[in-house]
Parts: sequence; C-alpha cells; structure tokens
Amino acid sequence: MPIDFEILGIVWLSLLVATTSTLIGSLVGIPLGAIVAIKEFRGRNFVRTLAFTFYGFPPVLAGLLMFLLLSREGPLGFLGWLFTPMGMILAQTFLVVPIVMGITISAMMAVEKRLHETALTLGADDRQWRATALHEARAGVFTAVMVGFGRAISEVGAVLIVGGNIRGSTRVMTTAIVLEVSQAHYVEATVLGAILFVISFAVFILLQRLQARGVV
Amino acid sequence: MALGGRGTSGRIPDPLPWPSFVAAWRIAAVLAGILVLAGLAVTWGSVRAPSVLLATTTSTRDSGLLDYLLSHFLEDEGISVRYVAVGTGQALDAGRRGDADVVLVHAPVAELAFMAEGHGLCRSPVMRNEFVVVGPTSDPAGVRGLTNATEAFRRIYGSESLFISRGDNSGTHIMERQIWSWVGIQPTASRDPWYKESGQGMGPTLIMASELGAYTLADDGTFFVRASSLALEIVVSSDPPLQNPYSVIPANPSRHPGVFLAGAVAFAKWIVSERGQSLIASYTVDGHQPFHPTGEDRC
Repeated sequence: MPIDFEILGIVWLSLLVATTSTLIGSLVGIPLGAIVAIKEFRGRNFVRTLAFTFYGFPPVLAGLLMFLLLSREGPLGFLGWLFTPMGMILAQTFLVVPIVMGITISAMMAVEKRLHETALTLGADDRQWRATALHEARAGVFTAVMVGFGRAISEVGAVLIVGGNIRGSTRVMTTAIVLEVSQAHYVEATVLGAILFVISFAVFILLQRLQARGVV
Repeated sequence: MALGGRGTSGRIPDPLPWPSFVAAWRIAAVLAGILVLAGLAVTWGSVRAPSVLLATTTSTRDSGLLDYLLSHFLEDEGISVRYVAVGTGQALDAGRRGDADVVLVHAPVAELAFMAEGHGLCRSPVMRNEFVVVGPTSDPAGVRGLTNATEAFRRIYGSESLFISRGDNSGTHIMERQIWSWVGIQPTASRDPWYKESGQGMGPTLIMASELGAYTLADDGTFFVRASSLALEIVVSSDPPLQNPYSVIPANPSRHPGVFLAGAVAFAKWIVSERGQSLIASYTVDGHQPFHPTGEDRC
C-alpha cells in the first residue's frame, strides 16, 4: 500500500469513529457513573461490579453482538448500519461506556467521604452537592475519558466484524494493520502501527496539556 | 477546595448560588454534544451515498483482481461497490442474512443450497481458477509432479507429512475436505498431530505452511501473488476435479427487500459481459493469469 491519500482517509476515519464514540460514551457514562457513585439504591453494588466487569469485555465479542443486532435479520437491521461507520461507532460506544462509567464511579467515591459533610454544612442542596462532587473528581473523570479513547482507537475486534474492513469505507488503522499482516506486507503494517502510535501519543499529549493548564 | 467561589461567607447562606464551575461543565457537555452531532453528521454523510455491497472471498481481493475490476465498473456504470472479503461460508451467510446485495463466491454445492433456499435471484458463472497442492521443495511425501490430488493426499497421510488446513469453511476448505473424503479419511486436528488448522485466509495459511515446511491446498491465483515470499512450490496441479469455478449471485429482493437490487444486478451483468470478461482475461500478476473467464449471463 503506498503512503498516500488512502492512508490519510484511514487515519481520519479512525479518529472520527474513536472520538465520536468516546464523546458519546462520556456523555452517557459520566452522568451514569455520577448517579451510581452518589445515589443510594438497591443493586448499586451489582451495577458497580457489572461496570468493572465490562472493562475487560472482549471487543471481538462486542463486535459479534453488534453484528447480530445490526444484521438485516437482527432487531436493529432496519437501520442498515452493518458494514458502515455508524455501526462501528455504536460498537465502540458499547465498549467505552462501561470504562468511563466505572472510572467515574471510582473517582467520585474517593472524594465523597471527605467532602459530603462539608458541603452539607455549607448549605448545599442535593443537586449542588452532586455537581460539586463531580467537579472535585474531575481529574479522575478526565482519566476516564482518556482511557475510553485509548480503548476505542486501539481495538480491532469490534470494528473488524461490524465494519467489515471495507476499503475506502470502513477501513481504520487497526483493521488495515490486520489486513497488511495477512498479506505479508510487514513494512506497510509496521508503518501503519507507527502512525497509530504517534497519533495516540499526540492526542494524549494534547489532553495532558489541557489538564496541566487547569482547563480541566 | 472550597465549594465554588462565591456565596460561602455567610453563616448559613440560603440558597446557595450555583458555583461558577457548573457553567464550565455545562459548556463542556454542550461542546461534546455538538462534536458528537458533527461526528455523526460526517459519518452519516458517508453512509448515504448509494453503493452496492459485495460479499466475496479473500482470493479475489488478495489477487488484486477486485480493486482492478471495481474501478472499471465505477467508470463504466457509475456505481460504486464496497466489498467485504471473507471466506465463502461467511460471504454466503451475509447474503442469507440480507446484509450483502450481491455475492461472488466459489463453492458450487453451497451455492446451489443457497439458491434452493431462495436467497439468490440468479446465478451466473464468472471465471475459474484452479486448486493446487503446494508444499516444501524437500517434498517429504514424494508427491511432486502428480496430477492427481487424491493420490497426493493419500501419500501425505501415509507419510504423516505436515499439512495445514484452512479450517474456516471457505471454498478452499470445502474442496480440501472433499479430497480427503475421496481418500477415505477425515483427519482432525485433535487426533492427527500432522494435520493442523490455521482458521485463517489463504494468505496467512500459505505463510504458515511456508514457515512450518508443510503442504496445503491453495488456489493458484493467490499462490502466484504470494509465491515470491514463500518457500513453497506447486507440487500437484492440473487435476480435473480441482477446477475452482466462481459464480456471481445477486440477492433475491422478494426474500430481502432491503437490498440495492438495481446495482447488484448491474454488477452481475457487467462482470459476465464482454467488457468484464476481457478485463478478467487481461489481468495478470507477475506474468501469471490468475483467473480464466467462463462468464455466461443467467440474470
């Protein structure tokens, strides 16, 4: 494979899919995590254990479930999302949500004990207390988002099954590497791997800078 | 850290104003939402363009034929084709589920079953290549020069020489099991230490056979593409039952109403047309012609 516009397209799609699914996963996972961390309800420990278990959910299994769900024969088949980037975003969101949720829970439960009484003494109502706890846990929440992105950009099993590795349509960096290796194009595969690594590195440097500047 | 910046000086302030950081969180959430919508919009836009989804086998992709044909098809008919290259079993299953608009596969028996189940609209022969037995130059089973794969398999079995099976229910794997049944045995990876299953496509299986000094069954098209990087050679060829015919089958719209029928039929007709056939005939890899046209329009 020549180093050309095709590779740029692959890099672009990788970032598009991973970023979109990480953001959706965060918008869903952070509030869910906050609720689980703060609200007392029956089955709360079970939900926490479940979220932690899903950290290690095999992407290839997520891919299979999403494939069966999105196949025309499946319950979501009418969407026509199988073998499209939309399906890939859905599959990766499924992987990212429990990670963001789980790390958010851990981070917020760490601040809860030392802060709750202070907040109440100062007259905060329940909603204000939740917002405060979330804010205090922001470093952990930020870590949650970063780990979620790391998961999304690096996984291959789910996007391979749901996306189908279609040239110019659903091929991302990880599935391109799998293809190049299967064709014994080890140089191309290594180049793609290096690009993937450099991009991940750049994204995390950017995020760390934001954190260091106190933006987050 | 204090609870926000303001409103905490009184003894029991009532009610507290929302601390300033809440605004920052809200802005972050709205920004994330906008980015998500933008991302989905861009992604959605790429989905909307109508294109044919072709499910096919790894041999047509790995030989480079597909990219070559599809770019000409786009020029001629203005229809773009996206393809997933998998084993024949999985490709037919994509058709069975209605996930593919058209399939291009090589497993006549499985294709006939597919047609009998009513999943295919019509089935046209497209081209053929040939299965060959490849093995290490040392040829431990002594099969070089045979033109009978069944005899070759019998000798591989007799000498317990290493053999790598695709083991993935692909067209090649189906052919291999057929040959073993002609020998009269069904080797299994659990019982026979000389028989291994790669569970992967033709390319990775050839690499594995080359690394381990093993025999395997391959389609000659893929083998020619890879030959330069492999320590393998063709030991058995020109066995008449080892012809490998490819067919094109558009999905049946009465069974699968969601398919892009016009595009699928256009592709099925184009690939067996004079134009498509001459393109297949003129396609070569390193001086070898991997596919021989046998097209006949039955759609």
